[in-house]
Amino acid sequence: MNPVLALDIGWGTTLAIKAVIVLAIVPLTALILGYVFLLKMMSHMQSRLGPMDPGGFHGWYQLLGDGIKFLQKEDIMPAEADRRVFALAPAVVVLSTFLVFVVIPAGPRLVVQPLDVGVFYALAVSSLSVIGVLMAGWASSNKYALLGGLRAAAQLIAYELPLVLAVVGVVVQAGTMNLEGIVHFQQTGELFGWSGIGFPLILTQFIGFALFMVAAQAELTQPPFDMPVAESELVAGYMVEYTGFRFLFFFIGEFGTAFAFAALAATLFLGGWATPWVHGTAADWLGPLVLFTKVMLVAFLMFWARFTYPRFREDQLQAIAWKWLIPIALFNIMLTGVLKVAF
Amino acid sequence: MTTTDLPEPGKLPDVDVDPSAFRHLADAQVNVELDTGDMVLNIGPQHPATHGTLRLVVRLDGERVIAADPIIGYMHRGYEKLTEFRTYPQITTLINRIDWLSSFANEVPFISAAESLMSIEAPPRAQYIRTILTELSRIATFLLFLGEMGLQVGAITPAFYGFRDREYVLNLIEAVTGGRFHPNFNRIGGLKDDLPWGFIADCRGTMQKVLASCDEFEDLVAGNPIFQARTRSIGIIPAELGAAYGVSGSNLRASGVDWDLRRDGVPYLVYNDLDWKVWTHPDGDSFARYWVRLQETRESARMVLQMLDMLPAGPIMAKVPRIIKVPEGEVFVNTENPLGEMGYYVISKGATGPFRVKIRSASFSNVSILPWLLRGVYIPDIITILAGLYFILGDIDR
Amino acid sequence: MPDETPEGGPTLTEESAGVLAALQAELGDAIVEHAIAAGDVVVRVKPDAWRRTAQVCKDKLGCDYLSFIAGIDWMPAPLLADEGSGDTSAPVQPREQTYGVAGSAGRYQAFAVVESTRRKATRAILKTDVADDLRVESWVSVYAGADWHEREAWEMYGFVFDGHPSLRHLYLPAEFEGHPLRKDFPLLAREVKPWPGLVDVEPMPGGGDDEEAPAVPE
Repeated sequence: MNPVLALDIGWGTTLAIKAVIVLAIVPLTALILGYVFLLKMMSHMQSRLGPMDPGGFHGWYQLLGDGIKFLQKEDIMPAEADRRVFALAPAVVVLSTFLVFVVIPAGPRLVVQPLDVGVFYALAVSSLSVIGVLMAGWASSNKYALLGGLRAAAQLIAYELPLVLAVVGVVVQAGTMNLEGIVHFQQTGELFGWSGIGFPLILTQFIGFALFMVAAQAELTQPPFDMPVAESELVAGYMVEYTGFRFLFFFIGEFGTAFAFAALAATLFLGGWATPWVHGTAADWLGPLVLFTKVMLVAFLMFWARFTYPRFREDQLQAIAWKWLIPIALFNIMLTGVLKVAF
Repeated sequence: MTTTDLPEPGKLPDVDVDPSAFRHLADAQVNVELDTGDMVLNIGPQHPATHGTLRLVVRLDGERVIAADPIIGYMHRGYEKLTEFRTYPQITTLINRIDWLSSFANEVPFISAAESLMSIEAPPRAQYIRTILTELSRIATFLLFLGEMGLQVGAITPAFYGFRDREYVLNLIEAVTGGRFHPNFNRIGGLKDDLPWGFIADCRGTMQKVLASCDEFEDLVAGNPIFQARTRSIGIIPAELGAAYGVSGSNLRASGVDWDLRRDGVPYLVYNDLDWKVWTHPDGDSFARYWVRLQETRESARMVLQMLDMLPAGPIMAKVPRIIKVPEGEVFVNTENPLGEMGYYVISKGATGPFRVKIRSASFSNVSILPWLLRGVYIPDIITILAGLYFILGDIDR
Repeated sequence: MPDETPEGGPTLTEESAGVLAALQAELGDAIVEHAIAAGDVVVRVKPDAWRRTAQVCKDKLGCDYLSFIAGIDWMPAPLLADEGSGDTSAPVQPREQTYGVAGSAGRYQAFAVVESTRRKATRAILKTDVADDLRVESWVSVYAGADWHEREAWEMYGFVFDGHPSLRHLYLPAEFEGHPLRKDFPLLAREVKPWPGLVDVEPMPGGGDDEEAPAVPE
């Protein structure tokens, strides 16, 4: 029995519909994020306009056109490249993006697969992309790609820890790893007896939020943490030998994952799809819009940092992760635990 | 071997250097003895960080450079040979293209050399306008530098601001000379044309914009903690070694050497009439080079404002014969160009063209210090050092 | 400013006079000739004192800055086919081999300019003759920057610098044959395409005296 539509459709059909939804949403979100932030917001911050012609109204068609252009390009592979690994690498990266979208709730009953260990699952599958990046770096048989891949491996693994530890504070306070449960906790929470805006966990978990944003920035290899893709050194790092639709996969993976992390941040810290005064069926319609708004806010922060800061050197980057972020995250968990028991 | 020990001058480091000698430079020490082979990486000649067709062959241990060898000449146009077959006015067109970002400044020393041999002096108004245009070229070059050093270090946005602000100055140069790049405006004895109507007011407005944008760069880039972390203590050039290698201009001033050819060399143009300051920085690292150029941009804008107030009236061209024949003699004229010291040693035998011209270009010497400077740095630091030295390929290769 | 006495010819600046005096005191016999070039002193030294001159400049004169080292080939370039045609767009050099200020013993010379960053306007222009075997002492042990300048001088003229760690090509590819800046090395552009000479130049639009206003269409 399908909870949303109240129809009795079989298990196979449900699975097919869910697969289609996930497969469609990921490129769509990548497109939206790419257009709004990469093309328009970045341009305006750099005192220029960005694409204006394609599609007539402020160039909204630009990325769609780019996507179609990529799809019809010649499939070039370096002569010395490891063919199978080279071809599989983008698929692995995009796969991890798809898998993260499976648990993100967009409404009280709008989630592809509710999992009791939602948080754990989301963070676990998001780290699958490291394998894809390493595969790309090695299989390209290009020294620059190799450097980029190795830097990425070190960086992505180093920043997994602050990412996870930042979220542990939220889990401790909410008492559950289920993303639905965390949203419910924020929706029905109260601030000193006032339930006007619920209890968004960012209010007490601000350290965790900051850590999550920094770690997410690093997980996405965006400046100031874009050593693996350092444009002025490695040109495109581990992606340098990829063209055409394979590069499109990496691009979708990058921006889709950005959306996924922003959605996770919005769900864990800002209350996700929930607003305290809307319940029931109305929330099924309003939920996705509210989530989308919150995601745009978080993504704005991420991309703003991306366009402003220079990049850290690899050793400085590692020092930040190991010497600063992890101790702060551990401190945050301890503090949360103590305060949770005390209050 | 530590970075504070100077090697024997002229002796390049052995490529069999023990990589563990540089371990102390890493923030994170690896205690496991990893014995891996070295990797040879080609940076360039097509690379976004090499400012043109410079090729750096580096031998790496992981991310640390053991030895670096710059290979130049991809843009070698044979200028010194060409000058032996050209007349003096034709050579002015050639030398515009040596340092193409500040092309007006390239012409000035050569024209001064020819005028010195002919015992002609350009009238005062021409001298003032030449100085104004040289300083405008300096501002244009440095605005680009302020933006693109941020780009090389990773921040995409300052590059756009640098180009945008540079456009204002290029519009001024175009208004006077007709060309944004390669103005070819100097003539032996003066200038081709006078200033257009309205130039002085426009120039005043643009200089205010330049000063404002310098403040913006100081805030956005130089004040950025990540930028500072990437550039402080990177690529320190000791003052004596820099002078021995011929490193000049802002690079040497950033190492604390208080030497500027506009003030300390053979007097040329009208710098002695102006009230201005030479900026130095004691550190000698990439941040110091950025900071010195930032201050020099401001100083140039202030100098231009002074000159606009002091501009004398009068002719802009001295009496010069129609066919220029420079009498026999030799002269060396060097000037403080934006990239450093540029000099022309002109040997004339009385013909309409020189017998030999030796072009001393700043970037050639600035880049010659790279084999010494790049030992033991990380790959990202190579990019920062290249960006901080600020060379132009046409200036290296001629 | 360099003094130009109308009857006595050019004179040295004060700083250059000091440079000359110091060099004469230190090098004595090694100076073959000296001259004045627009206020600067040009000193020609014996070939076996070339490196010693550099050392003297660095230590005694305070000239810590190496501007450049280069070569000169005094032989007049071979006559090109289009010379003598009265074409003013190509220079015609004298046919006899003359030498510049401070003279020369033969066809080749190496010359260098060193400056001081500590004293104002203090610089020395140094020349030395290069014998037929093209051997010159290297300055690399005195000024580290001499490395690249001497590589370029070897590449362009063929001078062999004793004491240079590795004389290899700087600008030109490794397989290049010949030394391009020598006067008998032809300018390949002229071989491929002869110099067109003074081409008819069109007047600027509106610049002609007898230009009529364009006809207005009815």
